[in-house]
Amino acid sequence: MTAPITAASMALDGGVLSAGDAAPEAAFVPSRGFWGHVGHRLVRDPVAMGAGALILLVVLIAILAPWITPMDPYKGSMLRRLKHVGDATYWLGSDELGRDMISRLMLGARLSLFIGVTPVLIAFVIGSAIGILAGYVGGWLNTILMRTIDVFFAFPSVLLAIALSGALGAGIFNSIVSLTCVFVPQIARVAESVTTGIRKRDYIDAAKLSGASPLTIMRVQVLGNVVGPIFVYATSLISVSMILASGLSFLGLGVRPPEPEWGLMLNTLRTAIYANPVVAALPGVCIFIVSIAFNLFSDGLRAAMEIRQ
Amino acid sequence: MLIYILKRLVYVTPVAFGVSLVCFLLVHLAPGDALSAVLPADATQETINEMKAAYGFDKPLPVQYLIWLWHVLHGDLGTSIATGRPVLGEVTRAVINSLILASVATVIGFTFGTLFGFVAGYHRNSVADRAASALSVFGVSVPHYWLGMVLVIVFSATLGWLPPTGAGPDGSGNWRPDFDHLRYLILPAVTMSVIPTGIIARTVRALVADILAQDFVEALRAKGMDEFGVFKHVVRNAAPTALAIMGLQLGYLLGGSILVETVFAWPGTGFLLNAAIFQRDLPLLQGSILVLAMFFVVLNLLVDVMQTALDPRIERA
Repeated sequence: MTAPITAASMALDGGVLSAGDAAPEAAFVPSRGFWGHVGHRLVRDPVAMGAGALILLVVLIAILAPWITPMDPYKGSMLRRLKHVGDATYWLGSDELGRDMISRLMLGARLSLFIGVTPVLIAFVIGSAIGILAGYVGGWLNTILMRTIDVFFAFPSVLLAIALSGALGAGIFNSIVSLTCVFVPQIARVAESVTTGIRKRDYIDAAKLSGASPLTIMRVQVLGNVVGPIFVYATSLISVSMILASGLSFLGLGVRPPEPEWGLMLNTLRTAIYANPVVAALPGVCIFIVSIAFNLFSDGLRAAMEIRQ
Repeated sequence: MLIYILKRLVYVTPVAFGVSLVCFLLVHLAPGDALSAVLPADATQETINEMKAAYGFDKPLPVQYLIWLWHVLHGDLGTSIATGRPVLGEVTRAVINSLILASVATVIGFTFGTLFGFVAGYHRNSVADRAASALSVFGVSVPHYWLGMVLVIVFSATLGWLPPTGAGPDGSGNWRPDFDHLRYLILPAVTMSVIPTGIIARTVRALVADILAQDFVEALRAKGMDEFGVFKHVVRNAAPTALAIMGLQLGYLLGGSILVETVFAWPGTGFLLNAAIFQRDLPLLQGSILVLAMFFVVLNLLVDVMQTALDPRIERA
């Protein structure tokens, strides 16, 4: 729960340059710019780079899955059920319906990533908009928006996600909607605190005096200065989102069979934990690895953005 | 202090109302209506109307909300559509079971979390520090439902040491504090404790490192205080925040136990919610969520008050 504070202090101390800041009087040195510095620092962080490479690999597999799976992920065979890992035909074994595990895990990356990342992306847009509006306008609008958001903080994330998708019913669309509702308040709160931190800055006043409309100021001056910290916070939510999205499918509230999705596969393989425990645990290994990669990458990004002048 | 508590109460009241509104509206988000699950497909319009009137679904929404709220405030959460029993009774039994599980998990998490956090905070950048960091990343990244399955695979399916599911040997829905029942508690509690362990370790590490870097620690050492004396000061300074995090974690675990409870068939609120969702028992769903969310709101309030009481530096304005 310390994230909002860190994010806010990052915007304040992080030295995010804006067009309004005075140019340094020293000899002109071509600057990399803020994002250039962040990128430069990120590249020198081996853990973050490793995590980033892993994410990229999984994304590539997910995109290319329909063309590169060694076997048909939907075609099963009752005679070849629950083959063990290391089988000559089924490299990572076969599932409870005799379908090739490695093919299903590869294709499963598609849906697992999609239902895990999409809610954070949508919530990033909606939550930032709400938070920036509340933070910049302030006053009664801030009170109304932020008190409404407090209500959603009264629900633990898992409970809210399950309650919403339980009420809406199973399905990919509903699970994305529920998770978006879980993350919008969290992102909005961070966006609001970062925006409140910069709204009294000189460059905002300068923009006001130059006659810019509130909408223009929010879009140019405010957004440019707060988007970084909000983005870092949003990336830190992807791991939780992936675990929750697969968790919803695990409960039978998300993706429906026979589509391969890691959480759902974990659920259907639960019956096989005595017959073939290693294969039964595989989809969870995938969720775990991707979730760790997103967490490490987000940590690296956060560290890279904490630039002290 | 009293004024502070009153202020917090005034602040919490609208949140509590908001929570009740969200819980109420949940049922109306649902496709179809609350009765479609119990009524036969060939029910006549007359029967449908009769049932709607019996459950009050024929009135306008705001009126329904006020009636529902009135009943809730009097301790009546309605009747389960699937079983016909009062929701409050079902939820209470489940909450007790969940609370047992969540409390044990929180205690495990707090013990190991503070232990790792202190070691890491005292020895920055050592092997122990890196191990603690790795552990906390593990704690927040692991899908706990999968970890539960892995523990079942290792300790039940392979080694046969512990029972895989349920709350007791008789298959009953009530947990009792004896050795036989304790064996059923171990795996789900350990599974659930991983998240708080990671989060508490991370927080305590940062806290301890911050405190050790402060001037007063230097002053204590300069005065000639031994390490144990300094340690006591560090504990005193870290305790309010650490305890607050622990309280919040208990709330998260209680509300978020549904996945782990499903893996272990633990007869708690998660199990109840699962049943409510798949039987489309909307009053039960609404009631359980309301109770859990209110529990979380109250817990947050208690944590706030406790933290203020423990830490004189927090202003009680």
